[in-house]
Amino acid sequence: MKAMFKKTGLIVSLASALVSGGFGAAQAAGGSAELKHLDWSFNGMFGRYDDASLQRGFQVYREVCSACHSLKHIAFRNLTDIGFSEAEVKALAAQYEIVDGPDEFGDMYTREGRPSDRIPGPFENEQQARASNGGALPPDLSLVAKSRVGGPDYIYSLLTGYHEPPAGVELRAGMNYNAVFPGNQIAMAPPLFEDMVEFADGTPATVEQMAEDVSHFLMWAAEPKLEERKSMGFRVLLFLIIMTGLFYFANKKVWLPVKRGENV
Amino acid sequence: MATSNYQPKNRFLRAFNEQLPILSLIHDSLGPGYRAPKNLNYWWNFGSLAGFCLIVQIVTGIVLVMHYTPHADLAFDSVEHIMRDVNYGWLLRYIHANGASMFFIVVYIHIFRGLFYGSYRSPRETLWFLGVIIYLLMMATGFMGYVLPWGQMSFWGATVITNLFSAVPLVGDEIVTFLWGGYSVDNPTLQRFFSLHYLLPFVILGMVILHIWALHIPGSNNPLGIDVQGPQDQVPFHPYYTAKDAFGLGLFLIFFAVFVFYFPNFLGHPDNYIEANPMVTPAHIVPEWYYLPFYAILRAIPDKLGGVVAMFAAILILFAMPWLDGSKARSSRFRPIYRTFLWLFVANAILLGYVGANSPDDFLHLGGVDISFLTLGRIATAYYFLFFLVIVPVVSRWEEPLPLPKSINEEVLKKAAKAAPAE
Repeated sequence: MKAMFKKTGLIVSLASALVSGGFGAAQAAGGSAELKHLDWSFNGMFGRYDDASLQRGFQVYREVCSACHSLKHIAFRNLTDIGFSEAEVKALAAQYEIVDGPDEFGDMYTREGRPSDRIPGPFENEQQARASNGGALPPDLSLVAKSRVGGPDYIYSLLTGYHEPPAGVELRAGMNYNAVFPGNQIAMAPPLFEDMVEFADGTPATVEQMAEDVSHFLMWAAEPKLEERKSMGFRVLLFLIIMTGLFYFANKKVWLPVKRGENV
Repeated sequence: MATSNYQPKNRFLRAFNEQLPILSLIHDSLGPGYRAPKNLNYWWNFGSLAGFCLIVQIVTGIVLVMHYTPHADLAFDSVEHIMRDVNYGWLLRYIHANGASMFFIVVYIHIFRGLFYGSYRSPRETLWFLGVIIYLLMMATGFMGYVLPWGQMSFWGATVITNLFSAVPLVGDEIVTFLWGGYSVDNPTLQRFFSLHYLLPFVILGMVILHIWALHIPGSNNPLGIDVQGPQDQVPFHPYYTAKDAFGLGLFLIFFAVFVFYFPNFLGHPDNYIEANPMVTPAHIVPEWYYLPFYAILRAIPDKLGGVVAMFAAILILFAMPWLDGSKARSSRFRPIYRTFLWLFVANAILLGYVGANSPDDFLHLGGVDISFLTLGRIATAYYFLFFLVIVPVVSRWEEPLPLPKSINEEVLKKAAKAAPAE
C-alpha cells in the first residue's frame, strides 16, 4: 500500500510538474512593478464575495468608471446577485434610457430601462469612444478581472499605481505614469480622488477603499458564478474522496486472492 | 479474440445475444472474458482514463454546442452567455476547457508508459501506430477547439499555426488561403474549425475502438515486458482491472475537480478573455501548454521551413520507435542505462515546454548565469532528436539487459511470498 501511494504520488507530481512547469512562465509577462496582493474575501476554497463591498464597488463604477467604460455583459437583473432587491434594480434600470424598436411605424424609440436590459455603455461605438478619449479606447470592464494577469490585484494595483514619472522617463502627450501598466504609460488619467463618491454605509471613500471595492466588483462582474463554483467544488471533492476511498478498499479486497498467490 | 463461450442467464438476452452477439463482445473485451497480465501496475490505468476523458469531452462538447454560436461576431459573446446565463453553463465550459488539458496529461503519461515498457515493440506495432494517429488527431482537435471562443489567443494562435503552412515550398500561400477560407483568419476559418472540431472527436472515437481492438489481439504488455505464457500469468479484466481502474479514476477525478472548481483558468491564457481583434497583436502569442514543447522546437530552428519540418518530425518520429529500439528486452526495468536516458528525455521534454512558454529573446537566470531561451531551446531540441536517432538505436543494441524473469506468475508469487510474513 505504501509503495502504491509512492507511485500514485509520483504520477500526480509528474502531471502537476508538466502543468506548472510548462505554464508558470507563460504568465510572467506584464507590468514592471510588483502587484499588490490583497486578502480578498473571495480567495481560497470557501471564498465568497462581500455584498457590501460589491455594492460600493458598483457605486464607484456607476459614478466614476462608467463615464468612459462599458460593462456590456452585465444586465441590471444580475445586480440582485450582489444584494440589491428587485425593486431597487427596477428603479435603477428606470434611470437609464434604452434605444428599442423598431415600433409598428418602423421607427426606433427610447424607453425606460428594464431589469432585463444590459447596462448601457457610455459610447455608441469604438470610433466615438476613441474620439472622446484622445484616440485611446477605454476597454469594456465585464471581463477585465479575468483578462489581465493578476486579476483583481492588477486592477487594484493599477488604480493605486499612479505616480510622478521617475527621473529620465519622458511621457508621451496625453499619457500618465503608472507603475503596473505594461510600458508604464497609460492614457487613462488617475480616475480616483478622495471623497469623490459618498458611500451610503458611511465607509470613508479613500482612493484605496474605492480601488478595492471596484476591483472586488469587477471580479464579480467577470466571474459571477464563483460562489456557486466553490461551494459545489467542496461538495464534489468530499464526494469524490469518499467514493475513491471505497474504491480503494473494494480494489484491495478484489485483489486479495492474487496477492496471496492464488491463480484466478 | 477467441470465440466466446459467454451465455447470458436470462433466456431473452440469450436469444438476443445469439442474433447479435454484442453482449459477448462486451463480455470478451471489458468483462471477465478478457484476460490481462496479473502484474499490471498503476501506469496501466491511463489507457482507460484517456477513454474516459474522450467521453467527457464529447458529452460536454455536445451540450455546449447547443448554446454556442460559431460566428466571428457572436462566438465570444455566446461563450459569455454560456458562462452567465445557461444553467450550469460555467460548469460545462470549465469541464470542457480543463478536460482538454486533462486528456493531454493522461495521454502524455500513457505514451510515456508505452515508451518505458516497450509497448510499441512486436507484436504491438499496429497498436502503437494507432495510438500516435490518435495523438495527432487530438492535437488538431485541441487546436481548433481553442480557436472557438474567439478570444485574442484563439485568433492569434490560429494565425500563427496556420501560417506555418506557408513555409511549404511553391504552394505554401495557396495552402494557407485554403485553410483560412479567405485571405486572413476570419469567419470562414472559425466556421470550418467548428465543423472539424465537432467531427474529429468521433474520428478519434473510431480510432480508439481500433486501438482497443488491436490491443486485444496480442493482449496487454506488462511491466516485465515478457510474454504471457498461460492463464496462470493472467487475471480476468473484470473484476480485477475494472476495480483497479475505478480506484484510479477516483484519484484522477479529484485532480480534475481541483482544477475545474478552484483553478478553472489556470491552464488558459488571460488574453483569451479579450475578444479577437485583428488590429491588436498580443505581446506574446503562446499556444496551449500541451503544444509548448513542439513550439520550442519550431522556434529553435533558424529556418522557417526547417522549423516546421522539425516540429512535425518531432511527433512523427514516434512512428519509428518499433524499428529504432533493437533491445532484447522490452521493459526499461531491465535496461538501467537506457532507462537513465529515457528519464532524461522526459526532463528534456518538460524543459522544452518551459522554453516554449517563454520568449526566445528572454533569458533564464540560473545562479549568476544568464542563458537565453533560444540557446536553451536549441540544446533541448538537439537532445530530443539525439535521443530518437542515436541513443535509442545505439544503447538498445549495445546494452545487455539484466536477466529476465522466467514468467509473470513466478514474479507475482515471489512478491506474495515476501508479503506473506508481514500479514
